[in-house]
Amino acid sequence: MINKLWIGLIVTGSLCLILTGKADLLNAQILSSGKATLELVMQIFPLVSLWLGIMNIAKESGLLDKLSRFIYPILHKIFPEIPKNHEAFGYISSNILSNMFGLGNAATPFGLKAMRSLQDLNKNKEEASRSMITFLIINTCGLCVIPTTIISLRILYGSKNPSFIVAPCFIVSLISLIFGLVIDRILGGRK
Amino acid sequence: MKMISSLFIPIIVLIVIIYAAYKKVNVYDSFVSGAKEGLPMTISMFFSLLAMIFGVNIFLNSGVIDYFFDFLKPVLVLINIPSEVLPVAIMRPFSGSFGLALLNDIYKVYGPDSFIGLLSSVIQGSSDTTLYVITLYFGSVGIKKIKYALWVGLFTDLFMVIMALIIVPLFF
Repeated sequence: MINKLWIGLIVTGSLCLILTGKADLLNAQILSSGKATLELVMQIFPLVSLWLGIMNIAKESGLLDKLSRFIYPILHKIFPEIPKNHEAFGYISSNILSNMFGLGNAATPFGLKAMRSLQDLNKNKEEASRSMITFLIINTCGLCVIPTTIISLRILYGSKNPSFIVAPCFIVSLISLIFGLVIDRILGGRK
Repeated sequence: MKMISSLFIPIIVLIVIIYAAYKKVNVYDSFVSGAKEGLPMTISMFFSLLAMIFGVNIFLNSGVIDYFFDFLKPVLVLINIPSEVLPVAIMRPFSGSFGLALLNDIYKVYGPDSFIGLLSSVIQGSSDTTLYVITLYFGSVGIKKIKYALWVGLFTDLFMVIMALIIVPLFF
């Protein structure tokens, strides 16, 4: 699936650039993507390490366990395959909470930790489990209470009410999250 | 609102550290050993990110999308959707930084409080970069068969745009 999409992106993009006589731009794109990725990773690396450190303290003190136990009754309905009070619940809820408050850089390491603990539960290591797909649907929907980047951009352009978008954003992303979870349920064959 | 979001991180950090100190955990050692995982995790992210940025950049800079927009414009005018919003909606699942650049342009031309400005903000803010999330998360644990995950993600993004078109006018 990703394989076909990737081929499609590169072949259509390249052909379009070559046919319109912009082969030099194509050259620049091919050679610059490594540098662009490295710059992105260099920005993420220190923050990922920082949050993993904080997360490890929460794990060793038992705070993460407490969070898992607290959140279990709510998330159990969405993730019926994860055993009771499993640490995956702690990581999943940390990831969702950081996303909701617009902390994308903290959400990523928590999400990757969640994926690892879901992979431990997964029987077929090469195939996505139902819980993984459900978890990623929640992430792609990006349920957000405070869209920090957009609010700061609005302030920059002199908006009279920068946080005006908070309510419509929340409603729209909540409705589409529910929609996504329903579709996921149907396709996953769960009742 | 700004107050809440700027207090959020410090409060979480404080709660985690004070609770751990109370439970007599060696907080410093625990932090360092957790943070050490940052390097292998970042390295595991690098290669799937590289592949995605490589593909997405060639595609987004090729101009294919411009032809697609010209083709769709008359249809959008018919159903009363401002055509300026379309690029934001289509870019959303593919690239976060591209979407922000487009939003920047829209604010510059129409202002952040215009209908087009609000609609684009809500579309940008109500979803995450689906392609990035899926490749990064599945890539990090070596999943090869992702089944229906990408389809549901993209279909939900489309649904989100339709919902934004319905809900934003109610607020405006």
